[in-house]
Amino acid sequence: MTTNPQLNKNGELQHLLSIEGLSQDILRHILDTAESFAGVSEREVKKVPLLRGKTVCNLFFENSTRTRTTFEIAAKRLSADVVSLNVGSSSQSKGETILDTVNNLAAMHADMFVVRHSQSGAAHFIARHVAPHIHVINAGDGRHAHPTQGLLDIFTIRRYKPDMHNLRIAIVGDLLHSRVARSEIHALTTLGVPEVRVIAPKTLLPGNVERLGVQVYHDMNQGLKNADVVMMLRLQNERMNGALLSSAQEYFKCYGLTAEKLALAKPDAIVMHPGPMNRGVEIDSAVADGAQSVILPQVTYGIAVRMAVMSILAGNT
Amino acid sequence: MQLPDAEHLVATLADKIRELAAKERIALVGIHSGGAWLAERLHPLLGSEVPFGTLDISFYRDDFEQRGLHTQIKPSHIPFEVEGRHILLIDDVLYTGRTIRGAMNELFDYGRPAKITLAVLVDRGGREMPVEAQIAAAKLDLAPTQSLELLRDESGVFSFKLNEKK
Repeated sequence: MTTNPQLNKNGELQHLLSIEGLSQDILRHILDTAESFAGVSEREVKKVPLLRGKTVCNLFFENSTRTRTTFEIAAKRLSADVVSLNVGSSSQSKGETILDTVNNLAAMHADMFVVRHSQSGAAHFIARHVAPHIHVINAGDGRHAHPTQGLLDIFTIRRYKPDMHNLRIAIVGDLLHSRVARSEIHALTTLGVPEVRVIAPKTLLPGNVERLGVQVYHDMNQGLKNADVVMMLRLQNERMNGALLSSAQEYFKCYGLTAEKLALAKPDAIVMHPGPMNRGVEIDSAVADGAQSVILPQVTYGIAVRMAVMSILAGNT
Repeated sequence: MQLPDAEHLVATLADKIRELAAKERIALVGIHSGGAWLAERLHPLLGSEVPFGTLDISFYRDDFEQRGLHTQIKPSHIPFEVEGRHILLIDDVLYTGRTIRGAMNELFDYGRPAKITLAVLVDRGGREMPVEAQIAAAKLDLAPTQSLELLRDESGVFSFKLNEKK
């Protein structure tokens, strides 16, 4: 038997490092719990006492304002005390190692670490070295994983399209550099989605992408046909002028989502994007702000999903 | 031990609640899962103008540190203004009083009720909190090793089951 570093000896979730390796039961538990937390954020008092007295440390070795903010709000709505650190700008520049930073915070009695790092495996590394009562959540490590983003995407899909066994989902854009797409495809399949398509130029697809059980399209007009869900991926600007792509204008012409292209999907199809958006590169403003867009609800649900993950972890000792 | 007939107790509870609803403007709130079933059954008997909601107190339990988060959580659903209302809180079995404490804490996060009244099907004794039911269809004296569970079959008929803890 291989040991999953995310699970404790009872098979419960101890850390959230990646969606990969999570059973259908654990995925469902997170999604169902998030459903209850979605209601909490709509109340007069947007707070429950679950994590009262706990200290959550947001350890951001790499900057990400939205992810950090939603984790911070999620922890506060659970009544935890939150400390957010942009480590890149302090200790690291003075030469402190990751473990020294973590150990110092553990000495201050932190109970949970939310870790963002530009290097793959950083959250795993921390999870392996912390004391057993401490929980670690991966908030994005290099190109590897960003599990709460994947979970909030799935939660959003399930909210708008509850019958997952009857869905055609099209994922469009830079799958090669996306840390979410691969594990998300895996989770969607686990939850019973019969058809996942990927639409991208050959240069932005990982090798052997077919092995994930997806249908590959290079032409958006074909790939979007009758889709229920259109998930746009962010195109990283820094990769635009390299060998992979000719230009942003060229990319938009072929793979940018416009109202005309969206009309090929089902009339009630939803449009998703993890943010931050490059308007006019991967998505047209008219679509991003249009009636089928659920891009802002994704942000709202991200808080409920992160509340669910934090409270499930905190309850497992 | 002879368990009471659950359906008979539901009828008794319904009479008492109808009496209260005739005198006062109340809102019905059932606690998941048994209390929510009861509230669902009782609500149509009171008329559609009586507001109706359900609570899942999982986020307010006092044993989260020991037992973690429940695996089957239902969203709480309170589709009316709690502020200034008389809330009739409904649960199936009243035991330690900890669930009711959690339910009251959660209700206050929706607003400040004018009054909270508690109605239960069975008061089985064994209180650990200063909580009492204003309306109880029956009182039973059970040992701490026993737990009384309300069941609902596919046709919606209620019955009781007595579980012995080893």
